[in-house]
Amino acid sequence: MVQPLNYLKESPSQTAGPYVHIGCTPNFTGIHGVYETDLGSGPLHNDKTRGERITIRGRVIDGSGTPLRDALIEIWQADSDGFYNSPSETRGTADPHFAGWGRCPADMTTGEFVFETIKPGRVPFNDGSLMAPHVTLWIVARGINIGLHTRMYFSDEEAANAQDPILNRIEHRVRVPTLIGKREGDTVTFDIHLQGENETVFFDI
Amino acid sequence: MKNTLPETGGFFARDRAMHPPALTPGYKTSVLRSPQRALISLEGTKSEITGPVFGHNMINEFDNDLIVNYAKPGEMAIGQRILVHGRVLDERGLGVAGALVEFWQANAGGRYRHKKETYLAPLDPNFGGFGRCVTDENGYYWFKTIKPGPYPWPNGVNDWRPAHIHFSVFGHGFAQRLITQMYFEGDPLIWICPIVKTIPDEEAIKRLVAPLDMNNTIPMDMRAYKFDIVLRGRRSTFFENRKEGN
Repeated sequence: MVQPLNYLKESPSQTAGPYVHIGCTPNFTGIHGVYETDLGSGPLHNDKTRGERITIRGRVIDGSGTPLRDALIEIWQADSDGFYNSPSETRGTADPHFAGWGRCPADMTTGEFVFETIKPGRVPFNDGSLMAPHVTLWIVARGINIGLHTRMYFSDEEAANAQDPILNRIEHRVRVPTLIGKREGDTVTFDIHLQGENETVFFDI
Repeated sequence: MKNTLPETGGFFARDRAMHPPALTPGYKTSVLRSPQRALISLEGTKSEITGPVFGHNMINEFDNDLIVNYAKPGEMAIGQRILVHGRVLDERGLGVAGALVEFWQANAGGRYRHKKETYLAPLDPNFGGFGRCVTDENGYYWFKTIKPGPYPWPNGVNDWRPAHIHFSVFGHGFAQRLITQMYFEGDPLIWICPIVKTIPDEEAIKRLVAPLDMNNTIPMDMRAYKFDIVLRGRRSTFFENRKEGN
């Protein structure tokens, strides 16, 4: 016999369901008066936040090509210098005017999500090499049994993307463009495909 | 928090064998919404071991009392009064302090307050159906609500959801992000629900079933159900064995 390890098991995931908005974005679904605003709504920056303003727009698209109109998307990102506003950030102090987290329900008609944020700086990978600027996304919806993790990189960062240790890990190079947001002016477009030829790369992290 | 130093260790690998797979044809909506390619495995980087922080000061007094948080002054939601309480733990058994827990549910008749909900059961004018709290230094949370009703849903021709409460939980790292559902001890609908059955492991399903807790039941007021939520654990950083950037 040996000593038991006594670890607990993670609670299993269940779908967020069609009414995720009630709990996470009640004002969006017309329930007012309980929370003043929906958590994570509105611009991630204020007028004192450092960094380049950008708008991320996209849709989550199912295997028939139809945008999901009941998805909920969250983003998490570093500030313009590459620091996360988190106690586990030990390399320095992040911009106090930038929390780095946002939440947006897909539009109930078009399926579009929009985040007004800043372009993140580069963050080091575990071996010290620099990752290219990226935004981490988490997607839940009815029919998605466990939240999907992915990343959005930037089309105007070709040199950094070419050196990125995560992008370089992807064996099927044809799939790398599914992780690149297309930048035009201040807008970065990032559609997430759940299935099909252009299925987005999702991570087990 | 228990540890005075910030935790920077990576998270334990997720045991996908006890989570639902993406494609579960018994739950029809998953068919077109399930990624078909293998997930790309990624050891946690700074981008996943960090996560947002929500302070206690964002919580209003009645955010964790669904019986009154949407009710007109002096009125209350209709239904069986219950207290739901427990801890947010990680796989090491440590309480997760400062975790934002959000919850939402149908009313006593099984009806959600949502634009797209069409079930014929009536809305309760005094019940919004959602709340939130931030765990204390030991990971403890609690809220008052009414027991939600079961309801039919369009999947098979006669599928019913067991009574349940949805939970959205943040830990300390974005990799711990979890949405799940709590069920109630003794509900026969649990074992025939296509959404519950997406979980391939019976023992894992049982971890989502809250027992009646008579010890914390408030006499002549409300019954208690105890529901612990376990998030991924993380490795201890006993020593630095590789160079960190910057």
